[in-house]
Amino acid sequence: MVKLTKRIGALVLRLAAFGAALAALIVMVTSRERASFFAVSLEAKYTDMAAFKYFVIANAVVSVYSFLVLFLPKESLLWKFVVVLDLVMTMLLTSSLSAALAVAQVGKKGNANAGWLPICGQVPKFCDQVTGALIAGFVALVLYVLLLLYSLHSVVDPFLLQKS
Amino acid sequence: MPREKVLLAGGGTTKSWKLLLALRILAIIATLAAAIVMGLNKETKTLVVATIGTIPVKATLTAKFQDTPAFVFFVIANVMVSFHNLLMIALQIFSRKLEYKGFRLLSVAILDMLNATLVSAAANGAVFIAELGKNGNKHAKWNKVCDRFSTYCDHGRGALIAAFSGVLLMLLVSAVSIYRLSINSNKFSNAAAVASP
Repeated sequence: MVKLTKRIGALVLRLAAFGAALAALIVMVTSRERASFFAVSLEAKYTDMAAFKYFVIANAVVSVYSFLVLFLPKESLLWKFVVVLDLVMTMLLTSSLSAALAVAQVGKKGNANAGWLPICGQVPKFCDQVTGALIAGFVALVLYVLLLLYSLHSVVDPFLLQKS
Repeated sequence: MPREKVLLAGGGTTKSWKLLLALRILAIIATLAAAIVMGLNKETKTLVVATIGTIPVKATLTAKFQDTPAFVFFVIANVMVSFHNLLMIALQIFSRKLEYKGFRLLSVAILDMLNATLVSAAANGAVFIAELGKNGNKHAKWNKVCDRFSTYCDHGRGALIAAFSGVLLMLLVSAVSIYRLSINSNKFSNAAAVASP
């Protein structure tokens, strides 16, 4: 009975992580704003920054992986692989979140020493959507750390956590 | 006794113990090098900023790593990961007999995984900012930094290469730790399942 609730909990967790990564992906891809001042119109979209493109790709990979693992049968031998792959996906998520956050911070506050002006004043809706995507990415990351701990436990079954 | 498969009977060292020690030493060298090179990264240059009439206006500009929060996080995270590795090496060498006691192998594996994600976040955050500094961004009208401060950029590039090798090494360290955890507890749970009816 305990095992069944643990397994359902893990499935719910993975479904939530899949949802969060998918949400981050969609919100970032649909962020686009056109602003015009004087005769110049500039359009801000996520492909302008390499870090945002990497964020989208990383979250796409994580969503596809989570979706596939949802259907992995319980007795399959691939669960040992899932531990290492979960670690790799968590590293992918942290790296994409860190990169997007670093670039978004420069976009919001600028960098006075390099002469880079903040762009959030001109395209506020774009900035808000990027912030939302980053929050969803952070939620996906937290869920993935929990999933990593769970898959480690279910494969290795450390003797102190086992009811013998 | 199945629990002593992590160490040989009598306290000798297995192949995985030696491999883990070697990987950890390499990881310390890589992350510490990255932290030190980025921490000492500073370049001062006098540049012509504007021209009033025929008199050029010069200003002394300094590029240092503290300007960018991503680089500050990079230095701090690399120092933390090298400290973690130092602690783990000390534990491995000085308390070999207590390897399988309690939560030791489990906590080592979990800490290794968390530190691997930390160093990957730090390295990637810094590399994308460095790419912005090297190529600029014409959509946001951010100009390049590397054409004027080339030594700063070269040192940064070296630190990033060291950090990425640190990421790879931490991934390998985590894999070996997980392997050691699994061979230790599987034998025990198998033995317990056989022993108890």
